[in-house]
Amino acid sequence: MQNHFPIWKNLLILIVLILGIVYSLPNLYGDDPSVQISAGDATDITELQLAQIEGTLSDAAITAKAIELQGTKVLARFNNTDDQMRAADLWRNSLGSRYIVALNLAPATPDWLRSIDAEPMYLGLDLRGGVHFLLEVDMVAALKQADERYNNDIRLALRTAKIRYKSVTFDNGAVKVVLRNEKDKQAAIDMIDDEFRKLDMKVDEAQPVIYLSISEQEINEIKKFALAQNITTLRNRVNELGVSEPVIQQQGDNRIVVQLPGVQDTAQAKEILGTTATLEYRKVDTEHDIQRAIAGRVPVGSRLYYERDTKAPVLLKRRVIITGDQIVDASSGLDQNGSASVNITLNGIGAKKMGKFTKDNIGQPMAVVFIEQKATTKMVNGKKIRHKEKVEEVISIATVRDAFSKRFQTTGLDSTQEARKLSLLLRAGALAAPVDIVEERTVGPSLGQDNIDKGMLSVIVGFVLVLVFMAVYYKTFGLIANLALTFNLVVIVAVLSMLQATLTLPGIAGIVLTVGMAVDANVLIFERIKEELRNRNSPQTSIFLGYEKAFATIFDANITTLLVALVLFGFGTGPIKGFAITLAIGILTSMFTAILGSRMVINWIYGSRQRLDKLSI
Amino acid sequence: MIKQIDFLGKRRLAAIFSGLLLLTTIVSLATQGLKLGIDFTGGTLVEIGYQQSVDLKVMRTALENAGFEDATVQHFGSTKEVLIRLKPKEGFSNAQLSTEVATAASGAMTEKGDLRRVEFVGPQVGDELTEDGGLALLYSMFGILIYVAWRFEYKFALGSVAALAHDVLITLGFFSLLQLEFDLTVLAAVLAVIGYSLNDTIVVYDRIRENFRLLRKGSAEDVMNISLNQTLSRTIMTSVTTLLVLIALAVLGGEIIHNFAIALTVGVVIGTYSSIFVASPLVLALGVSKEDLMEPEIEGNDIDMMP
Repeated sequence: MQNHFPIWKNLLILIVLILGIVYSLPNLYGDDPSVQISAGDATDITELQLAQIEGTLSDAAITAKAIELQGTKVLARFNNTDDQMRAADLWRNSLGSRYIVALNLAPATPDWLRSIDAEPMYLGLDLRGGVHFLLEVDMVAALKQADERYNNDIRLALRTAKIRYKSVTFDNGAVKVVLRNEKDKQAAIDMIDDEFRKLDMKVDEAQPVIYLSISEQEINEIKKFALAQNITTLRNRVNELGVSEPVIQQQGDNRIVVQLPGVQDTAQAKEILGTTATLEYRKVDTEHDIQRAIAGRVPVGSRLYYERDTKAPVLLKRRVIITGDQIVDASSGLDQNGSASVNITLNGIGAKKMGKFTKDNIGQPMAVVFIEQKATTKMVNGKKIRHKEKVEEVISIATVRDAFSKRFQTTGLDSTQEARKLSLLLRAGALAAPVDIVEERTVGPSLGQDNIDKGMLSVIVGFVLVLVFMAVYYKTFGLIANLALTFNLVVIVAVLSMLQATLTLPGIAGIVLTVGMAVDANVLIFERIKEELRNRNSPQTSIFLGYEKAFATIFDANITTLLVALVLFGFGTGPIKGFAITLAIGILTSMFTAILGSRMVINWIYGSRQRLDKLSI
Repeated sequence: MIKQIDFLGKRRLAAIFSGLLLLTTIVSLATQGLKLGIDFTGGTLVEIGYQQSVDLKVMRTALENAGFEDATVQHFGSTKEVLIRLKPKEGFSNAQLSTEVATAASGAMTEKGDLRRVEFVGPQVGDELTEDGGLALLYSMFGILIYVAWRFEYKFALGSVAALAHDVLITLGFFSLLQLEFDLTVLAAVLAVIGYSLNDTIVVYDRIRENFRLLRKGSAEDVMNISLNQTLSRTIMTSVTTLLVLIALAVLGGEIIHNFAIALTVGVVIGTYSSIFVASPLVLALGVSKEDLMEPEIEGNDIDMMP
């Protein structure tokens, strides 16, 4: 009885097979056109809100296939894209800016499968269509901003502490503070020790001069913060785009990956992600005549600006009250009277500055200047030169009603749309450091579908070719190998679905390649069996020896391929990773199915035959 | 045994053949190099699909008028689809470019095209990918060297790695000679070729090791010849099944995956040849003897996967 498996082995194989079938099943059900609604501040959606959402739909006589509440989001499935579009438009109007309404394709997995966490494979952007951006945060700029901030803050702190200074300047990457005498110098050292612990201080022994530089640790902090703030800001901006499953992730220590599945209007996405903007709050100059300024006689200490929408001229004071990097948050909402407003939160230093300004300027108008860095290219002497153009526009003018500091509201906006736009701009202006798009990969939805279709077709055709070839060459044993190969394909799909690993076009190629290579183990075994038969061993012994002798070879050969797959995975970016994953999974599952799976079937067919003269191989 | 083929007897011929291939590869790589895709060079690529055929001349003029004199335009897959490429420019990392190109291109047509694909790679990212790709090749070779030296013997390790380098170089040479575009997916394919070719070589080596221990008589050359003959049908069978699926992929998989499939096909053919005519003769040339493999080795027997 050489060719018998113990019951546990048979059971193990059958259980794997059943699990494989169950977990690969979700891939057979298509997608439902659906709409996903979530709150902008990522809070849970209540039953009450759900009722409101459902109400809007029934009022318009649109029937949804299902509306599900899933914690922070509501997923509504529809029978067709028409209903989906209409419902999305309705909700966008009725729910306002606090909610993100995104179109989505939700997998139509039946409930019983979802209850055991069975989900279809997660398709990469090259298959479902969408945008992939790699953004790089300009750390040099971030550090320069920090330098400037410290420069200003030190001046302010010295003034507050009533320490008189001659100058505060930049000197060789450090802030150079020149004081009047040794007594002031000591006072300044004490004050800086107290309030600016994060700065490295170097004191000139001979003169009343102090050099301050940002410590190595603080530099790392600033970089980390710049990245974190950018990620937060990007997340907010992406939310405004209405994407159902965006990915915003840190990559390395200065890059951010943004993936927006299903985004059609890439130009808009890039515009929102790529512009670098800052803000400045300035006092409106009400003392001087604006007409004279337009005529070219701008008063000292003021500057002429234009409003963004109306292009109306505005005269503003040169002194900046606060800058955008001191804004922590800005959101649109409603004020006590129910009219649209924007709520703004400042950080500590911003609050101090704003508090001081507003205390002295109640009743005075204050303007927000939005500054964008637009990159343009110009031809100079036949060479294209990249030129960063600064566009400065006034986006809001409001009167200071009260002294305030940390939190304040801008009211009197015309509509909720207006408020939403302003809050978006304010948040955009709060970006810590400029970002550059260093890589973009966009796949349109039609190409995505094409990729799926072509990929699937080549899997099927390649698979069938191998099946036919094996059956012709190895007869009964070939059919058994084909069973194992089919089993392998099912298990690969099941494992990919369970891991929710991203399936990409190269990933599909990996599956195709695995189909070709997976039969290798069976070929090795069958050739061994044939050899053993030629060595005049009995059929039963030949089967036994064939499997036994081929095993070490299969193991060695597959381990080395697995090694390569691991290197690929480690080095790879998106699509290549997908290839490495399917290749690695394919190798592992093929060892299981080609060795154990095929053996089980062979044992069933031949194992208990007492008299076996010939093998159909 | 059925008919025996004297593979090792033809090793001079094989050496000349491989030498010629390698020479062609090196000359081609040195003179015209690889036609690197934008993954490595950086640049912008825009693919647009239209309802009707596109006249490339009209398209080119439209792009030139819009200020993209250096744009190359070609049909992609069919005459209804165009692929527009722009070279990277120093300090010219404006991702907005792709949008402008798409707008300019669609200006040449009566219809608004379907923007199928945009790829923009900044020069810096391109450099990094090139470096990472080279490192990945080196790392995998090195990993293999160590594994094979551990499982077999250092002569086998050297033989297999030399055979792999042979396969990788010739695959690159093929891409250089025909000036096929070499992008990230092709690099992945080259790495997969390493995996495949090694698989083949290991199977042969495994047999050589087994036969060295089993057969008392015969020179090293005889033992190796017998081993090669014993594994021959397996080598051919596996190559055929792999080539079947690769041809399916090359023909049906679409343009994006086409070069990937081509690279693998070339690699599989070369890899099959090298496992017979390069890897084994090299081990022989390094002077392998029975004694090298006689000490007890860790066998697969103690592993639980044993059926």
